[in-house]
Amino acid sequence: MKQLVQATSAIIIVCLLLFFASRSLESAGAKGSKDTLTVYNWGEYIDPELIDAFEQETGIHVVYETFDSNEAMYTKVQQGGSSYDIAVPSEYMIETMIEDDMLIELDHSLIPNMKNIDPYFLDLPFDPGNKYSTPYFWGTVGIVYNPSMVPEDLTFESWEDLWDERLKDKVFLVDGSREVIGMGLNSLGYSLNLKDDLALREATDKLIELTPNVKAIIGDEITPLMINNEATVALTWSGQAADMMWENEELDFAVPEEGSNLWFDNFVIPKTSKNIEGAHAFINFMLDAENGAQNADYVGYSTPNAASWELMDEEVISDERFYPDVELRERLEVYENLGLKWLGKYNEYFLEFKMNLN
Amino acid sequence: MQSKNRTALFPYVIWIALFVIAPIALVLYYSMLDLSGNFTLENYKNFFSAIYLKMTFTSFWYAFLITFFTLLIAYPTAYLLTKTKHKQLWLMLIIIPSWINLLLKTYAFIGIFGLYGPINAFIEVFGFDPQQILFTDFSFIFVSVYIFIPFMIIPIFNSLDKLNPSLVFAARDLGASSWTTFRRVVFPLTIDGVKSGIQVTFIPALSLFMITRLIAGNQVITLGTAIEQQFLVSQNWGMGSTIAVFLIVFMVLTMMVTGQKKKGGRV
Amino acid sequence: MNKLSAASKGYLVLVFIVLYAPIFYLIFYSFNSGGNMNDFESFTLEHYKAVFEDTRLLVILINTVLIALLSGLIATIIGTLGAIGIVSMKDKKLRNTFLSLNNVLIVSPDVVIGASFLILFTMIGVKLGFTSVLVSHIAFSVPIVVLMVLPKLLEMNTSLIDAARDLGATKRDVLMRVILPYIAPGIFAGFFMAITYSLDDFAVTFFVTGNGFSTLSVEIYSMARAGITLTINAISGLVFLVTVLVVIGYYFVNNRTKARMGESK
Repeated sequence: MKQLVQATSAIIIVCLLLFFASRSLESAGAKGSKDTLTVYNWGEYIDPELIDAFEQETGIHVVYETFDSNEAMYTKVQQGGSSYDIAVPSEYMIETMIEDDMLIELDHSLIPNMKNIDPYFLDLPFDPGNKYSTPYFWGTVGIVYNPSMVPEDLTFESWEDLWDERLKDKVFLVDGSREVIGMGLNSLGYSLNLKDDLALREATDKLIELTPNVKAIIGDEITPLMINNEATVALTWSGQAADMMWENEELDFAVPEEGSNLWFDNFVIPKTSKNIEGAHAFINFMLDAENGAQNADYVGYSTPNAASWELMDEEVISDERFYPDVELRERLEVYENLGLKWLGKYNEYFLEFKMNLN
Repeated sequence: MQSKNRTALFPYVIWIALFVIAPIALVLYYSMLDLSGNFTLENYKNFFSAIYLKMTFTSFWYAFLITFFTLLIAYPTAYLLTKTKHKQLWLMLIIIPSWINLLLKTYAFIGIFGLYGPINAFIEVFGFDPQQILFTDFSFIFVSVYIFIPFMIIPIFNSLDKLNPSLVFAARDLGASSWTTFRRVVFPLTIDGVKSGIQVTFIPALSLFMITRLIAGNQVITLGTAIEQQFLVSQNWGMGSTIAVFLIVFMVLTMMVTGQKKKGGRV
Repeated sequence: MNKLSAASKGYLVLVFIVLYAPIFYLIFYSFNSGGNMNDFESFTLEHYKAVFEDTRLLVILINTVLIALLSGLIATIIGTLGAIGIVSMKDKKLRNTFLSLNNVLIVSPDVVIGASFLILFTMIGVKLGFTSVLVSHIAFSVPIVVLMVLPKLLEMNTSLIDAARDLGATKRDVLMRVILPYIAPGIFAGFFMAITYSLDDFAVTFFVTGNGFSTLSVEIYSMARAGITLTINAISGLVFLVTVLVVIGYYFVNNRTKARMGESK
């Protein structure tokens, strides 16, 4: 019994100590400012120095929270209980959030730096006139591969190359129904936003033929595998491919000609916001030419900020794999919001494909 | 004794009401909704399609394998631990690795199992070709067993620890072989610990989800994975809830099989 | 006492090697100047320096430990009392119902628990943050405590209680002096398992947290998309080192006081 009492009191004392330690650290960080701004973003998706700079410049204290998927972020913002001032969803999620009336209309007069954005990335179908969002990063979906480990004639300029018999047990796919089913549709020459049972069936059957080549369907863990030369070919996002190629110079990235996905992560201000003015200031700050360049340099994804391009390494900007020219972009499609019914079907087909793996 | 026990139970009953009954009610409610929020039994019908039945079977099979191997490794470990000098300390040292974040450990396993990792380097010393160990049944079961080992060891350790050594000596004196002693004396006396270890392994193993992707590369799909997908990707909370309802039913069945047969205690 | 054969020792050593391998792997690379867990370039302490410079990360670390200890403690109290209550139930059906209800949270995938707790909290109007995370962690740790304490209670010799009662002990005395000391190993086991649950949880915490409150798990999982930094390795290495030192230190201090008490008697 004595042991139990002792242990309990020890734990309570430690808890108290920790509580005060956390309190004092937090207040030291806040610098007594009452004006706070909660930013909800993907992890490691911003240069922390920029947050410090923003705090210095405006006196607003930034609370930074992170999420790991659009859907999880959506649930959190929708349920409320926490006041997010800025969120960074992908384009199809922005469409859903607009539909569900979860976003505040942007006041463009407070975001003069919007002029820095390349017009190509403005006024897109998921948010006409950029009423609710401003672009943050963008990219494509394609194939990252190690040329020294695949037969020379495979350049992945066509999706068909993935089906090559010599790639048995060598292909890695991302764990996303839109990406994988979309690839199946693209490889047949269909749009990746198709709502047609027959075409989806056809795409799934075609994908099932791919299963002997598929080694695994995974998520972000593909990065260390590609860097390590443990994986040979992987379907992935361009941003991640850039990360891999940064570490492993042997790797190459290709966006197949039949078409692929063009994605965006944009800033939005959810209706939960309690500091709308601060949120606008933050967006404007991030769209500044210099800040945008610094951030793109840190994160390694493609930035839509044309003014930043001027300040960035020429070699990065002219790399067509990550900054495809207009002609290339023509072949790419942005995900449309399929609606829950069709999204469900995509997932059912994807599940069927996965069940055929083993 | 009764009144005293009622007050002791009070916080526990509140907990059950708030965090068990209420969520079950929510899950049941959602399981009967379709995508547009109308009442339907369609989800239950869907569960009996070939895909989900196959998935249920896979989940059970892997949960069984994981529990089996965990027990196989944990029982001797627990037994030997009770014989060491600083047994409580060693037991603590078994638990500590599970306090390091699972995702991080998974990344470590990706490195360790990798083609150029230490395991393959070791294999090569013996003249074998390096093998891709990741994304196989082996790696999946290995890592699952790794996760559940402490959960299995602790209850077994606790029941072995209090085992009266004179019982073992008596059996040996009466001429029983060490195997017979174990089978007839030691094991039956520790059966409660084993059962509790099986419960804390088998039941969560049915709904494993993170490592089915991280380590098995989706080669293994369990009910837990499907639920996660339905909630987070399809945003079809109805179907997700339906699978969860079935998981709860399977859990109750498992409990009935491994449940305590003895009459109520006296406390 | 030391009568383990070489083979037995070898077996234990092997088990420990496997259990610790990934952790040492992580710690090894936390000294890597290369910035990733693939190539070891050269030795550096920069990642450890980064930990102490990052106030936000330190606050998150402290919060994580605080939540783990506090939720573990409270869950252990609720769970132990619950287990005692369950065992004393005479009605077998009622008992089994309680046991099944107890396990619901163990079998439910984290997403389901997280989502339903989130709905619950917003329905009641709880502000998301420290409190909601603490309450959720207590909630999902209670069943594991019950499962750890239960076997100890079941194997308890009822004659012990009878003897105590015959000697005129009150109910309170029986609980404090007979039952609790006997089931103490189960209680400790429950507490440590509760901590394990709390430290490892990502999905539930993610859903019920808010207003800037975060734990290490949430932070690590959301980093996965852009790559986990070695700072996280360093912080894990530090946590690991401190835990091991505290456990070993506590064990020996405890043993010495016990031994001294034995002598004085």
